[in-house]
Amino acid sequence: MAFLDVSKLTKSYGSNTVVKGVSFGFDKGEFISLLGPSGCGKTTILRMIAGFETPSSGTVMVDGQDITSLKPNQRQLGMVFQAYALFPNLNVGDNIGFGLKIAGVPAEERRARVVDMLKLIGLPGFETRYPYEMSGGQQQRVALARAIAPRPRMLLLDEPLSALDAKIRVSLREEIRAIQRELGITTVFVTHDQEEALSISDRIVVMNAGNIEQLGAPHDIYNTPKTRFVATFVGQLNNLDVTVADPVARTVSLDGQIITVPNLPAGISANAAMVLTVRPEVLSVGQRPGNDVTLNGTVEDVTFLGSVIRIRVKLGHNVVSLDTFNDQRAAPPQRGEVITVTLAGKDLLVLAN
Amino acid sequence: MMIQAPASPAPPRRLSFEWLGVAPFIIFALMFLAFPTLYLLAGAFIGRDGQFTFDNIAALFTDQIIAAYWISIRISGASAILGAAIGLAMALAIIRGRLPAPLRAAVMTFSGVASNFAGVPLAFAFIATLGRLGLVTIILKTVFGLDIYRSGFNLLSFWGLTLTYLYFQIPLMVLIIAPAIDGLKKEWSEAAQILGATPWQFWRYIGLPILWPSVLGTLSLLFANAFGAIATAYGLTGSSLNIVPILLYAQIRGDALQNPGLGAALALGMVLITACANIIYLVISARSERWMK
Ligand SMILES: Nc1ncnc2c1ncn2[C@@H]1O[C@H](COP(=O)(O)OP(=O)(O)OP(=O)(O)O)[C@@H](O)[C@H]1O
Ligand SMILES: [Mg+2]
Repeated sequence: MAFLDVSKLTKSYGSNTVVKGVSFGFDKGEFISLLGPSGCGKTTILRMIAGFETPSSGTVMVDGQDITSLKPNQRQLGMVFQAYALFPNLNVGDNIGFGLKIAGVPAEERRARVVDMLKLIGLPGFETRYPYEMSGGQQQRVALARAIAPRPRMLLLDEPLSALDAKIRVSLREEIRAIQRELGITTVFVTHDQEEALSISDRIVVMNAGNIEQLGAPHDIYNTPKTRFVATFVGQLNNLDVTVADPVARTVSLDGQIITVPNLPAGISANAAMVLTVRPEVLSVGQRPGNDVTLNGTVEDVTFLGSVIRIRVKLGHNVVSLDTFNDQRAAPPQRGEVITVTLAGKDLLVLAN
Repeated sequence: MMIQAPASPAPPRRLSFEWLGVAPFIIFALMFLAFPTLYLLAGAFIGRDGQFTFDNIAALFTDQIIAAYWISIRISGASAILGAAIGLAMALAIIRGRLPAPLRAAVMTFSGVASNFAGVPLAFAFIATLGRLGLVTIILKTVFGLDIYRSGFNLLSFWGLTLTYLYFQIPLMVLIIAPAIDGLKKEWSEAAQILGATPWQFWRYIGLPILWPSVLGTLSLLFANAFGAIATAYGLTGSSLNIVPILLYAQIRGDALQNPGLGAALALGMVLITACANIIYLVISARSERWMK
C-alpha cells in the first residue's frame, strides 16, 4: 500500500465543487508536485491533507493510518506556507524548536537539533536573529527547518518560493530538493510553475478545475502528455492545422505539404480537419539524423535568448516556433529567409481535447 | 567640461499645506494640554498670597488626600484590568471564535455606543437598575429572594464604581484591541497547529505575546480614562466617595472649601500619575515591539 494514499477526495463550498473525487498514491520518500493553474484546487487538496479543511467526502491515509478525521496537531506532518508564517515574536532558534518544545523534548536536546537544522539549511549561528532581521529567502529556509525539526512523517509545501525573486527561487528549490533527498522525507509540493514542478519532482500530478489531468514522472508528462490541457500547460507547444490526406497510409496535408504521421488514429476519414501538436525542440533547422519529415517555410521572427535562439517559422498558414542552440560561428537566420524545417514524424502528437 | 550647477533659488519660506493640515491638532494640543499643564504647574507652587510656596504640595500629603489618590488608583486599576481582560476575551471570541458573523458587527456597534456612554446618564442608569431601589435590585429581591444590599453590595462603593466604569471600559477595550487581533495572521495559528500545538498553546506562546504590547497600551489608556472620569463618579456618588476628581471638583467649584492652589496641586498629581502609566507602557512596548516592525 502506498505511503500517502488519497482516495476519492472531494471538497465543495456550497454548490461549488472545487476538488472532484481526486485519488492518488505515493511511495515513501517521493517528491510529489501538485501542478495546475490558479484556482484548480491544489491548495485545497494540500490543506485537506494537513487537516485545515474537512473533505466533503473521501479519505487521506498516511503510512496505513486513516487521518481524515484527525486534527492538524495530531497528524505529525510538517508544512511550509507561502510566506511570512514564522512566529514574529520568537527568534530563529525558538521558531525551529517550537515543534520540539510542544512535543516536550528537553531544552538541551532541542538546542542540539536547532544547531543541526541551521547547519542543514546553511544558516549556522542564526539562532538569536528575529524574522524581521532576515531576507525572504532566509525566512523560508527557517520555515523549512521549523517544519522538519520535529521529524514529521511528511512535508507539505504550498508555493513556498512564489514570494521570492527569480534567482533565489531557483537556488532555494534546488536546496529544498537536496535536503528532501538527504532526509528521505515524503514531500508534497504545490506550485503553478511548470518549470519548478518539472525540475524537482519525482512525480507530478497535473490538475485542472478540480480534476487530475495526468499523473506521472516529469519526462512522461512533458514527452507524452495525455491531454491537450497538459500539453499546453506544461512546456511550449506548437499546433499544426492539417487535413487528413490518406487515412490508410497515415498521411496528412499541411497546406499541401504531405507528412506521414505514425500516431494518426485509425478510423479517421479522408479530408477531416485535425490538429497535430509538436514541441519546439523537436523541430530543427536543416537536416538532422532520424528526422524523416522535411518542410519548407519562411522565417517570420527570430528571438535571441542567449544560449538558445527561438525562431518562428511560417509553414503555409501555420506558424511554429522552434529552438536552436546558438552557434557562435554562424549568424542566426534572417527574417524572411526561406529555410527547411525537419522533424521525426513519430514526434507529432494527436491529443484528445 | 564644466558642469554648471543651476542657480537654485532660495527655498520659499512659507508654510506648506501639510503643516496647515495638522495645525488644528497643534493648536488644540497647545491650548488644552500644554498651557493648562504649565498653568497647573505654576499654580501648584503659588500660595493664596501670590508668593512661591511648597504648601500646596505639602497639603497633598494629608491622610484624606492620600486616601483619595489611593482609592482613585485602585478603582482605575481594577476597572482597567477587568475591562481589559473581559474586553480581550470578548474581542477574541467574536473575531477568532466560530460565532456567526453578524454577532461581530452587533458587538462592535454596541461597543461604539457604550464606550461613549458615561457621565450623569450612565450614573443614572446604574442607580435606576442597581441602586438601593433600582429595578434589578428589586427584581432580585422579590423574584429570586436575593437582597444584594444586605449581602454587602453598595453601588456607592469601590466595587459599585468599578462596576459602573466597566460599562464603558469593556467596550473601549473591544474597539481598540479588535484591529490588533485582526492583524494576527491565520498562518501563525496554522503553523503552530501543524507543529502539534493545541489552540491554548498557540495563544500561550504566540498569540498573546504578539498582542501583549497592544493590550498594555490599551490598559494604560483605560486607566487614564477611569482616573480622569469625574462626571460619572460625581453623578453616582455625589461627594460620598472621596476620589481625587471629586476632591478636585470641590476645590475649584465656588464653595467654602475653595483653594485654587490645592486644586492645582491635586490636578498636577493626576497628571503625574497618568504620565507614569503612559511611561510604563512606552518602556514595556519599546522592548517587546522590536520584532513587530
Ligand atoms: N473558503 C472558501 N470558500 C469558498 N471557496 C473557496 C474557499 N477556498 C477556496 N475556494 C475556491 O476553491 C477553488 C480552489 O482554490 P485553491 O486555493 O485550492 O486553488 P489553487 O489551485 O491553490 O490556486 P492558486 O494557484 O491560485 O493558489 C477556488 O476557485 C477558490 O475560489
Ligand atoms: Mg494555492
